[in-house]
Amino acid sequence: MGMTMAEKIIAAAAGVSEVKPGDIHTVELDRLMSNDGTTHLTIDMYNKLKNPHIADVNKLVWIVDHNVPCDSVKTAASHKKMRDFAKANGIKFYEGAGVCHQVMMENHVTAGELIFGADSHTCAYGAVGAFGTGVGCTDYLYAMVTGKSWLLVPETLRFNLTGKLPEGVYARDLILTIIGQIGANGANYAAMEFGGEGLKTLDMSSRIAMCNLCVEAGAKTALMEVDQITLDYLKEHGREPKHSFKSDDDAKFAKVYDIDLSTIKPIVAKPHFVDSVVDAKECVGTHIDEAFLGSCNNGRIEDLRAGAAVIKGKKVHPLVRFLVVPASAAVYKQALKEGLLQIFMDAGAIVMNPNCSVCWGSCQGVIGENEVLISTGTRNFKGRAGHKDSFVYLASAATVTASAIKGEIATADMV
Amino acid sequence: MEKFSGKIWVLGDDIDTDIIIPTEYLALKTVNDMAPYAFSPLRPELAGQIKEGDIIVAGKNFGCGSSREQAPEIIKALGVKCVIAKSFARIFFRNSINNGLLLIENAQLRDVVSEGDQVTVTLNQSIEHNGNQYEIAALPQNLMDIINAGGLVKAMRKLNGLD
Repeated sequence: MGMTMAEKIIAAAAGVSEVKPGDIHTVELDRLMSNDGTTHLTIDMYNKLKNPHIADVNKLVWIVDHNVPCDSVKTAASHKKMRDFAKANGIKFYEGAGVCHQVMMENHVTAGELIFGADSHTCAYGAVGAFGTGVGCTDYLYAMVTGKSWLLVPETLRFNLTGKLPEGVYARDLILTIIGQIGANGANYAAMEFGGEGLKTLDMSSRIAMCNLCVEAGAKTALMEVDQITLDYLKEHGREPKHSFKSDDDAKFAKVYDIDLSTIKPIVAKPHFVDSVVDAKECVGTHIDEAFLGSCNNGRIEDLRAGAAVIKGKKVHPLVRFLVVPASAAVYKQALKEGLLQIFMDAGAIVMNPNCSVCWGSCQGVIGENEVLISTGTRNFKGRAGHKDSFVYLASAATVTASAIKGEIATADMV
Repeated sequence: MEKFSGKIWVLGDDIDTDIIIPTEYLALKTVNDMAPYAFSPLRPELAGQIKEGDIIVAGKNFGCGSSREQAPEIIKALGVKCVIAKSFARIFFRNSINNGLLLIENAQLRDVVSEGDQVTVTLNQSIEHNGNQYEIAALPQNLMDIINAGGLVKAMRKLNGLD
């Protein structure tokens, strides 16, 4: 019986020749990422263990990104705990280098790996064909101490992509369309696998944006077929694939979807659910107070280029705060080099250091009562970006930037 | 077979982790400090109304969103005996077991109950409401051991003879 990509990665990590959905396997993990959202809790639990030890410190990567630079005395204490522990134990540690998933993609992840991250958007790593999945801090602790964990083999939903996205339509519109189609729990417990000729038209940045958001459909992981674009990306970043898996022709998928990229349009996800998607045109004219271009989902150089192309020579609406937050220091430097930050600042945007920012409703840019944010972030849950009675719309970098100019939701062709 | 009854609080579909505990309260020192703010974006009064032994009944995709483990910890800190939902998001499911919070999946119950009703759970067997029985699946013994111990870390300590 053929296997899917997810099944092959689990089989390899479990040291067995075959696995099937529903099986539970003990797996060896390749990498363990944790950030300042919950690492302090992991450390507290670790310190309660008898003779605690780290199975393989080389697997651990700790990244301060959620509140960096820190915003309160309480956060400073939690960061210090993380920093001191990392130093004392020789754990790879980043602070200020960017949003964790972007830092992982730039520096660590490779094809065929099995990775736990104490963050729900760890499924982003599927963009290079790695099985990344989000866990809580207790599962993280267990994996840190033993190097292993248990996994239920997920069923796989296969998305066959054909065609090419039209001009002015982005991967973010595509993945929001898919989430709208299958629903916020449409892939619960499952792997979402993407392949087909259409995938070859999507660059690495687009692939990361797609895989990253799959958890918003409930997915355990997201995986993209390894191809030349993957191999080129890894090579450029000095890495080799661990395995270049592809699903077998006779692999069993729980469901197969055919998506023609040429039919996708600019999309907006309305408050307060990511699957509450509509054609962006339906939201045109909706008042906004703030616009956010950034996050692990959409803060890469390609997204900043898309935003800069829309706003060049224009001005941010006087009543709107437009936050531009590159996803990593590498992206920031590249944007600086290309003159993109100059364009945003000339337009009146607030350019900030790489961090999670208002996407998770802390640190910087939180919105007040009854305020409206249009965002390239990951979620639009009620209260996610600040006050419990506030509203978040999700859209592409181009739509967000166009809206920042107009002071109301607008698409790029309107400015 | 263990049996317990409780008063129910009824919630809808897609109760996400930012509803269960909004980001702004995560900086508080302990889960007991955070617990009064549970569900506050949706129902600010709810955390104060929930009593020890109460049960939450919800729709599909309960616990979707972030991997923040404070979410199940807080529900447990409020004294909630178990959450019965049409379905659970997977990260939340694992986190709940790892923190000793019992979760029960049932597709029918949510649509027939009213808030304040009593339900009786016979563990790994059925739920009774208004004289009607609803079947529930059994959790494997190893997961029940973790829940009964109060979570994965406590279960490991017990297994290693530390507690």
